[in-house]
Amino acid sequence: MSEVPLLQVEDLVKHYRLPRERLLAAPPVVQALQGVSLQLQRARSLGVVGESGCGKSTLARLVMALEAPSAGRVLLAGADLHALPAAALRRARAQLQMVFQDPYGSLDPRRSVLHTVSEPLRVLHRAGAAEQRERAAAVLDAVGLRSGDLAKYPHEFSGGQRQRIAIARALITQPKLIVADEPVSALDVSVQAQVLNLMRDLQDRLGLALLFISHDLAVVDLVCDEVVVLYQGRIVERGAPRTLFVRAAHPYTRALLQAVPRLRPGKLREVRPKAPARPFATADVSAGCAFAPRCAFAEARCVAQRPLLRTVDGEPGHEAACHFAERIAAMPQND
Amino acid sequence: MRPQPRRTACGTVRLLSPLLEVNDLRVTLPTARGAAAALRELSFTLQRGDTVGLIGESGCGKSLTALALMGLLPDGARMSGSIRFDGCELSTLGEDALCALRGARIGMVFQEPMTALNPLHTIGRQISESLRLHQGLDAAAARAESLRLLERVQLPQAAKRLDAWPHQMSGGQRQRVVIAIALACGPDLLIADEPTTALDVTIQREVLELIAELVAEDGMALLLISHDLGVMAQTVQRMLVMYGGTVVEAGPTAEVFEHLAHPYTRALFAARPRLGLARGTRLATIPGRVPELADLPAGCPFADRCGWVVDACRAALPAPQPVAADHTVRCIRWRDIETAAR
Repeated sequence: MSEVPLLQVEDLVKHYRLPRERLLAAPPVVQALQGVSLQLQRARSLGVVGESGCGKSTLARLVMALEAPSAGRVLLAGADLHALPAAALRRARAQLQMVFQDPYGSLDPRRSVLHTVSEPLRVLHRAGAAEQRERAAAVLDAVGLRSGDLAKYPHEFSGGQRQRIAIARALITQPKLIVADEPVSALDVSVQAQVLNLMRDLQDRLGLALLFISHDLAVVDLVCDEVVVLYQGRIVERGAPRTLFVRAAHPYTRALLQAVPRLRPGKLREVRPKAPARPFATADVSAGCAFAPRCAFAEARCVAQRPLLRTVDGEPGHEAACHFAERIAAMPQND
Repeated sequence: MRPQPRRTACGTVRLLSPLLEVNDLRVTLPTARGAAAALRELSFTLQRGDTVGLIGESGCGKSLTALALMGLLPDGARMSGSIRFDGCELSTLGEDALCALRGARIGMVFQEPMTALNPLHTIGRQISESLRLHQGLDAAAARAESLRLLERVQLPQAAKRLDAWPHQMSGGQRQRVVIAIALACGPDLLIADEPTTALDVTIQREVLELIAELVAEDGMALLLISHDLGVMAQTVQRMLVMYGGTVVEAGPTAEVFEHLAHPYTRALFAARPRLGLARGTRLATIPGRVPELADLPAGCPFADRCGWVVDACRAALPAPQPVAADHTVRCIRWRDIETAAR
């Protein structure tokens, strides 16, 4: 490819050392990310899904250069964020902004909307008061709020409006990449729809790239061009939502899909029979597939040898880390 | 064998009356801007063994309803109307009698398993607490019963977990413990307020299955509070859709899903992102915002956001209109809306 991708994550590893449990014992280590690679082109959106503890928020923090990786690189337009000198990193930060999950916690209740929204400008550009106000009014307009709202405080807004303020704050530096960590999961259904529509509009209008982290598959399906599924710090499947959610090739993706509550009235137990037997529920999988203990399809090979992320045969652009990806993908998806 | 619950002011079992009968319940809360009608004209019944869902968005009054049922309304709240539990009026009951009821005949599962448990007490001690309080068990008997309960909620290695601390467990495991506490005294009614909102989808599924299973086995009634239509669809027989402090639609789940008689129910349905929508599809949104409880309109609370509104809607809160047997809707235009949607 001729163009340098906007975001390149190369073999990212992050360990966290926990406090010692006993004085002389080695401190336990959490392997939050164990070699994650991905690319995001300009104006595209990439969804990251997985359960809590899978490493998706760690990935967001490393991409935002809020923390340093244990190994691997994060390249923004070709420049390694974690190798940049402080001043250059500060300039680069104008290119990437973040929207957090909880619009109640992410806005300072004692600061006006103007103060909150224009803060990135003050920090990054040292802009003057008139310019701050003018640009803050412009981004508020872009997210569907009024410039009259600038003097108000967060408590005067509903959850959805607060999330719009948080999005406006992210937009004010005219970033190329927005990292959104569960941006709608704290919102009510009707408000969630407004914010999702807004994010899509902005993406189209401003040519933003979006790294969209969510546990909600339906939301990711709606917003993203491509999806990666994380499990215990590794990518287990990657592909376009259409492919991934119709022909899931990893048993974990299937499990996620099956767990989504359906809008068809009926008893839970009638919809799905009791979970099938898990042949390796108690096996040591340190050398094998981390999902094997929860997997109904696991065989001895899964415990012995870790499956690598590879292209599913006959499906370019669809990758899965499963020895039996082709067989799994061919199975009917129970709708 | 489960020990018999201690007799309380409401301890006698009257099989003929419904288990729970809420009639014209109104709650006003003091706010900085004056008294707010947080619940109004709320009426519903729950038979023994019924599973009923209360669905609505934040601020619609669904959690407040649960608190009113438990007699746990915040200070300064004023309540009128009637809550009859097993034939006994709760709204006039003293604090002692309510204490005897809570945890014994009414169990509650809260949303946040992280904060519902006391971090300074072991799991075993927290389950034993209500057994010792309500059933007068001694420490050894309460511990044995706690172990049985942990096994019942399918917590792996239950015997080891009795002496574990909440921080040593995952969210799903903690929610199982909270369920065990709610079940400890064999309640007749289980109230679960967003029991799976804080959990991952796969764990959510397991916890919902567990609740459904336990409710069916014990013949408990379940009042499940949730904002998730999918969760409702698969867990409850009847649902109550709440908006602006009142029930705007009530009926068997399948009926409600088929008719979507109230425009709010319909809008809620349309706004939900679903797997398989074409990328780029715009989700239907509801214009405007949830009304402030302090200035609810006199008429239909949804009037300001409804495309079907006529003057009569704003005159008075519409009375429940029958849609089908056991299915009512507070909308004077539901027939027009249904005809138009076909």
